[in-house]
Amino acid sequence: MTAGQRGQTAVRTKVGRVEMRSRGVVFGLVLAVVLSACTQQQQSAKTPAASVAGGEQPKPGGTLTFVVNAEPPSFDAHRETSFALLHPAAPHYSTLYRFDPADLTKIVPDVAAAMPEISADKQTWTIKLRTDVKFHDGALMTSEDVLATYNKIIFPPQGVVSSRQGAYAAVDGIQAPDKSTVVFKLKYPAASFQANLASPWNWIYSAAKLKTDIKWYEKNVDGTGPFTFVSYTKGSVWEGKKNPDYFLKDRPYLDGYKAVFIADSTAEVNAIKSKQAAIEFRGFTPQQRDDLSRSLPNDLAIQEAPWICVNYIVPNAKRKPFDDPRVRRALTLAIDRWTIGDALSKITIVKDVGGLMRPKGPFAQSDADLVKIAGFSKDGKASKDQARSLLKAAGQENLTFKLLNRNLSTPYEPIAVALINEWKAVGINVTHDVKETTPYLADLASGNFDVGLDFNCDFLDEPDLQLAKFYSASKLGKGLNRAGYDDAKLDGMIDAQARETDPEKRKAAVWAIERYAMDEMAYQYPAPWWFRIIPYLSKVRGWKVGSNHYTNQDLVSVWLAN
Amino acid sequence: MQRYVVGRLLLMIPTLLGVAILTFVVMRLVPGDIVELRYAGSGGSVPPEVIQNERHQLGLDRPIPAQFADWMSDVVRLDFGKSLWTDHPVMDEVRIRLGLSLELAVLATLLAVALAVPLGVLAATHQDTWIDYAIRIFSIGGLAMPSFWIGILMILVLLTLFHWAPPLLFTAFWDDPVANLAQLIWPAIAVGYRYAAVAMRMTRSSVLEVLGEDYIRTARAKGVLERRVVVRHALRNSLLPVVTVISLEFAFLIGGLVVTEQVFNLNGLGKLLVDAVAHRDYTLIQALVLLMAAVFVFINFTVDMLYVVFDPRVRYS
Repeated sequence: MTAGQRGQTAVRTKVGRVEMRSRGVVFGLVLAVVLSACTQQQQSAKTPAASVAGGEQPKPGGTLTFVVNAEPPSFDAHRETSFALLHPAAPHYSTLYRFDPADLTKIVPDVAAAMPEISADKQTWTIKLRTDVKFHDGALMTSEDVLATYNKIIFPPQGVVSSRQGAYAAVDGIQAPDKSTVVFKLKYPAASFQANLASPWNWIYSAAKLKTDIKWYEKNVDGTGPFTFVSYTKGSVWEGKKNPDYFLKDRPYLDGYKAVFIADSTAEVNAIKSKQAAIEFRGFTPQQRDDLSRSLPNDLAIQEAPWICVNYIVPNAKRKPFDDPRVRRALTLAIDRWTIGDALSKITIVKDVGGLMRPKGPFAQSDADLVKIAGFSKDGKASKDQARSLLKAAGQENLTFKLLNRNLSTPYEPIAVALINEWKAVGINVTHDVKETTPYLADLASGNFDVGLDFNCDFLDEPDLQLAKFYSASKLGKGLNRAGYDDAKLDGMIDAQARETDPEKRKAAVWAIERYAMDEMAYQYPAPWWFRIIPYLSKVRGWKVGSNHYTNQDLVSVWLAN
Repeated sequence: MQRYVVGRLLLMIPTLLGVAILTFVVMRLVPGDIVELRYAGSGGSVPPEVIQNERHQLGLDRPIPAQFADWMSDVVRLDFGKSLWTDHPVMDEVRIRLGLSLELAVLATLLAVALAVPLGVLAATHQDTWIDYAIRIFSIGGLAMPSFWIGILMILVLLTLFHWAPPLLFTAFWDDPVANLAQLIWPAIAVGYRYAAVAMRMTRSSVLEVLGEDYIRTARAKGVLERRVVVRHALRNSLLPVVTVISLEFAFLIGGLVVTEQVFNLNGLGKLLVDAVAHRDYTLIQALVLLMAAVFVFINFTVDMLYVVFDPRVRYS
């Protein structure tokens, strides 16, 4: 044997050892997976089979793990606008009123003792409070706390951000005549005031904490809700545990919860598939729902509902030729919403056709009335013919423009593709101008676009909220109305509906606004509305999908079947 | 030598200053800002006064040179400021993620070195045999397949075969080594495979080159054992480029595993940087880029020092 051969043998022997070690590593890994899988199966085997019978008795105990696909910037709901705060942190707080978890269209008291007493002129609202509500630090909640909370929301001091201050423009002042009474004085009767008192964002804060530091709640948690704060590991998890002093003595049912932050949608689905998380409260796409259904045929439940979220098609009225109502009207006429709504519902989170108010919601027009509005007819061909005629009359037969869009695959991009296809059918050439969120928002805000795809999400079917974007761009619609128009008549119509307290008359006023804004002036108009799809492990009980992803997140009625 | 080391250390200062200026300027050139995103990004109807007020509070309405001067004066005192998005100290945000990113980088490096060096040597010593071809195919596979794709496949296989996926939450190694490895071993394999492929090819070509040197022929002519020739004479002298590649890859792993971190839902520095860019969180972006640049510069420096250890012919004077 030569030295070279001996050396090669030595190398082979060494490699053989390496290979053996590699085999050992692989074997170890496989063993680890098998053991982990077995451990999981053993854990599953210990738990009783889930009962799906209706009218079950809620079972106390267990920890709910759910997914949140974004993280809260701060902990202060009065300043934030993202569900990313509500989902992990709402269980720590209470509000004056709330939406009934059993019937999410109904407002019921939370820390209020009863529904408000309203004066004959509808401008004085007296609210009696529960006297058994405690903050998690042990302090009793009184009217001083509610007063401090609402003063911060409605009349924030200099340097304090209150994102929903504008929703309380009707409030003249707030008083706390005794420890269990709060009185709101309004400047004028406001139809939306009751609903705004049930806003999921209006968490009751401690007056003492706010007095010490008005920004204390941006970085700290101390509420009166069903769960106390345990910990928050940034980028990872938010944990809460049952509040033993919660004012509803038999609630909450859960021992605690974990909100796991997962940004990637595939990882979210995998978390539920592997049963490490039970639910994601915002929503999945139809494909993700079907994927989960296939993977978990016996363990999955699904709830779906029309969503108070919509993308608006916004022609820039400050740019030619979109300053011409005929061109704007042609754009909406060219869209066969019924057909694209049906098609898009198979691939993304949009479905129903509606006007400015959520389809099937309390302020929605009937389909029979809706189809009379430009762009909502079920005769797509006739509408497209009208669109061509209008473009010809406006001298825009070869109209070309860019559609500004956000780089979100759900649902912005499929919606835009469908719209571009519809416009192409009437001879309009559209370039899809997709931008990342910040430049997209910057362009929308500065008016640097031809036609944009704007969006809106609200916690409630409420014309004051959904019509806020329709006020004149230089007045109340400043920063909200991306279309850039000013229209005193429309401002007056929106104001009038806000002050109309007769429900039927208010609906009529809202429908008149829809006809004027979407048809006559064609300022901006919706694509098919979003549709919420929640597939979740069927062991999760006591949670009902609503028309938005903001309310019903305090987990007070949620329980686990096993 | 001492003079060289001091010179290299001093050279780090203008390098990092250049990175700081570049990052600061580039981020200000990108349209949109954090305030618009925070209040309008989720569809809320926030009055413009609120947005102006917030911009003022964050100091974003001040002239850019003034903002830069303030930031630099803090940085030289090692105060990287607060995240504009969360208002928490930047170093707190980094500290939470650094442990995971470091551990993943170390695990992936260990896996890569354990695979790359022996397989690279084996391929070189068996040049143009089936062993060489098999190792080359294996390494080209690692180069061709993105780590995140391998990660997705792994999770799919684990879910399909075992109805199991790596844990969602990070557990520190010293708290529970099994839970820790159950989460990190998979991304380490996904990343380590590509990493190993790069290092394996470098080892093979480097060893091949050295095996053709005169002193190797001399050693063999003197009857030195082949194992000794390969390990002591060839491998040691082949390690310079391999060490360079391994070190630079390690530096990349500290903050560059953005997609892999998303696939495995890992709370690492890469994900933090992407979130910071998406939020236009200027202070956090600037600190992270500076940190990553510092890691690169330091590792480069360390590699230069290691050259002396591996190759006695190298002397800095």
